[in-house]
Amino acid sequence: MNRIVAKEEFSRDPAVYMMQIEAPLIAKKARGGQFIVLRINEQGERIPLTIADTDLEKGLVTIVFQVVGKSTAALGQLEVGEEILDFIGPLGKPTHMDNYGTVLCVAGGIGIAPVHNIVRELKKHGNKVITIMGARTKELLFWEDKMRALSDEVYVTTDDGSYGRHGLVTAVEQELLEKDRDQGDINLVIGIGPPIMMKFVAKTSEPFGVKTLVSLNPIMVDATGMCGACRVTVGGKTRFVCVDGPEFDGHQVDFDELFTRQRIYPEQEKLSMELFRQQQACGCGCGCDQGEAS
Amino acid sequence: MSADKKQKIPRQPMPEQEPKVRARNFDEVPFGYSPETAMLEASRCLQCKKPKCVEGCPVNVKIPEFIGLIAEGDFVGAARKLKETNALPAVCGRVCPQETQCEAKCVVGKKGEPVAIGRLERFAADYERDHDAVTKPAMAPSTGKKVAIVGSGPAGLTCAGDLIKLGHEVTVFEALHKPGGVLVYGIPEFRLPKAIVQAEVDYLKSLGVKVELDFVVGMLDTVDELLAKYDAVFIGTGAGLPVFMNIPGENLNGVYSANEYLTRSNLMKAYLFPEYDTPIVKGKKVAVFGGGNVAMDASRTALRLGAEHSYIVYRRSEAEMPARNEEIHHAVEEGVELVLLANPVRIVGNDEGWVSGVECVRMELGEPDESGRRRPVPVEGSEFILEVDTVVVAIGNGPNPLVPNTTPGLELTRWGNIKADEETGQTSREGVFAGGDIVTGAATVIMAMGAGKKAAVAIHEYLQDK
Ligand SMILES: Cc1cc2nc3c(=O)[nH]c(=O)nc-3n(C[C@H](O)[C@H](O)[C@H](O)COP(=O)(O)OP(=O)(O)OC[C@H]3O[C@@H](n4cnc5c(N)ncnc54)[C@H](O)[C@@H]3O)c2cc1C
Ligand SMILES: Cc1cc2nc3c(=O)[nH]c(=O)nc-3n(C[C@H](O)[C@H](O)[C@H](O)COP(=O)(O)OP(=O)(O)OC[C@H]3O[C@@H](n4cnc5c(N)ncnc54)[C@H](O)[C@@H]3O)c2cc1C
Ligand code: SF4
Ligand code: SF4
Ligand code: FES
Repeated sequence: MNRIVAKEEFSRDPAVYMMQIEAPLIAKKARGGQFIVLRINEQGERIPLTIADTDLEKGLVTIVFQVVGKSTAALGQLEVGEEILDFIGPLGKPTHMDNYGTVLCVAGGIGIAPVHNIVRELKKHGNKVITIMGARTKELLFWEDKMRALSDEVYVTTDDGSYGRHGLVTAVEQELLEKDRDQGDINLVIGIGPPIMMKFVAKTSEPFGVKTLVSLNPIMVDATGMCGACRVTVGGKTRFVCVDGPEFDGHQVDFDELFTRQRIYPEQEKLSMELFRQQQACGCGCGCDQGEAS
Repeated sequence: MSADKKQKIPRQPMPEQEPKVRARNFDEVPFGYSPETAMLEASRCLQCKKPKCVEGCPVNVKIPEFIGLIAEGDFVGAARKLKETNALPAVCGRVCPQETQCEAKCVVGKKGEPVAIGRLERFAADYERDHDAVTKPAMAPSTGKKVAIVGSGPAGLTCAGDLIKLGHEVTVFEALHKPGGVLVYGIPEFRLPKAIVQAEVDYLKSLGVKVELDFVVGMLDTVDELLAKYDAVFIGTGAGLPVFMNIPGENLNGVYSANEYLTRSNLMKAYLFPEYDTPIVKGKKVAVFGGGNVAMDASRTALRLGAEHSYIVYRRSEAEMPARNEEIHHAVEEGVELVLLANPVRIVGNDEGWVSGVECVRMELGEPDESGRRRPVPVEGSEFILEVDTVVVAIGNGPNPLVPNTTPGLELTRWGNIKADEETGQTSREGVFAGGDIVTGAATVIMAMGAGKKAAVAIHEYLQDK
């Protein structure tokens, strides 16, 4: 169950991995925009990750994750053939699919993965899809080929100018929306990436009055609507991202509250990571500071 | 022994950890009876011909019979007698509100203190488990019929246990990674050790019940998809939707629903952080809103996580608190401070978005409301600030809408609970039964078990006609 059948390192700093997990029941049900929750071992935390792709025939679910703390670091160390203790999903509401006309997808960093699954479904529904994909630097870009194969137009940006256009995804978004102002072909913007990027994708589209969906990533526990950890304010109302979302109208989201709520446990997260690193260095698994080498 | 003599024996206390000590650890509070004490307590029972106590028990446990066996020293026999009607005696003996159920009706309690039925129940069940004396019950031959149970709380587990004994194939689907429902994610270790719940589930598995964890019905298979593969479905998904107060500041950092606070601590074992990965805010001054068992569990958990002050903020007086007296008593003994006749109106935050206090208004009791309790009314101008760094909102739970929303044709009440026949659990959908908190709203373990039992009988009948 939940065996890792493929693994690829997309980049090293920051470390980003792609994994394919054997989870046939989930693969069968999963739709664009949904996520899974996993727990590596008995001591592990439940962490949510977006479903980036599925392979129905082989019963596989693809995840792409960036190492940011202990759980993602430990996940990154698992190898092909190993199993993940708990793999739960699909969770959350799928992206609402329709023929919108032209959809502008804006993917930042790790957000490229979830956007991929959505673009695929948008195409199935007969949409024209323009994709903007951005990363800090060239090494951090992935799946450009996949995106080009799926989308009608693709724009690539890097913050440092090492590849594609120099600058932020929102600059291209602004240009495209301006160009489209008279035609009004673009009826939907979907922005997925770091929360700060999503905030600005929504800010950019707001004056154009184009509906904008963002995929929120608050801290979660059960992800079945039972605990309320994932609550955010959207349009002045409290919503639970795991069951009411994860996608919401970006013009209505209280992003600043989301940013604050993502930083509830900074000390604990740091401690967890330090202990994990020590254990790694030591090799005896006891958490002591005495590496085998010393 | 004459009845007279029996009544001279005092109700036997159960030894427990010292309040100061236990307020800082997660070990179970009471130690349980020794065999000698249990026999002495059992001898207080008058073995009534028409036992009133049985009427007080929602599943009609054969109380005089099992207590009689304890008095004779046949502890394993007592446990088996219990299990004829109650699949989870080790759990009920610990968490049932006996003082309003079986023990409230005990005739011995008319003059003195009632027989300690709950403690004896716990003793017999623990004895059987600790002495590996658990045996398999008689099993009916296989019927070839299949039943899906949604939710592994007390309702689902009880229904599963009864149906497997009747010869049906039973699979329990549970959304979380551990079975037990509120017994594992809500009720803390110090009141109900998780090993006991696990032992009960292992027992059901040994009878052949299949348990599919990590399976969210509605997101994976829906109830209708289950109906295509199973002959009947029982829904026991509980009351897993946290209610907030809808006051300003509730989304500040450091504000939890009781469900989140307790799930982090119990299910995820955050009290063992960093050995376990899930963190929890270990507040120094914690305010818990509410006056029920859940509020008591949260405030006692806060102490164990290291709080210097753990307050319960409740808008009525102590007499109106819905929590069990024993729980209030335990909490206060451990150092929980009751802030009564106070209603939170706003949670105050600092510049970093963290809780720094709770603004409350003083209340006074007015005329009785429809529940018969005196309605609290705010005293104008009496606002005050309680300085705290953590808040836990424990004012209730609603029905989780996941299954209702994905099951067309399932009739609901206007609060979103599933409509089901009280005697059979039959819902508006053929072949679909429901029971426990998802039907009644947040209630008790034993009520949920009673509902699971009745539904098992009805499902059995339904399957025979099918
Ligand atoms: C719906 C959803 C989809 C997501 N999809 C992806 C994805 O496809 N790829 C990816 O790399 N990341 C994704 N994330 C974020 C991912 O869940 C976090 O990076 C991960 O939980 C961090 O865990 P950690 O132990 O490695 O880091 P930690 O050191 O524990 O935390 C680092 C930061 O991650 C966030 N975080 C911590 N714990 C949780 C938690 N239990 N739930 C959510 N966030 C948490 C916090 O903001 C924290 O500051 C998603 C989050 C959500 C809610
Ligand atoms: C903190 C707390 C303390 C309590 N203390 C006491 C006490 O001392 N005494 C007492 O008698 N009662 C107590 N109660 C109440 C008692 O626990 C409940 O009434 C009882 O557990 C209800 O049982 P249930 O089987 O209906 O549901 P639950 O115990 O809630 O179990 C429902 C299960 O269904 C699962 N589920 C939900 N949705 C799905 C889905 N879509 N797919 C699959 N699975 C799903 C849930 O994850 C859960 O495991 C307490 C409750 C709480 C919260
Ligand atoms: S199940 Fe509960 S109410 Fe019934 S006898 Fe046991 S303790 Fe009393
Ligand atoms: S009512 Fe009391 S004394 Fe009578 S049988 Fe029940 S427990 Fe015993
Ligand atoms: S994560 Fe618990 S309700 Fe959303």
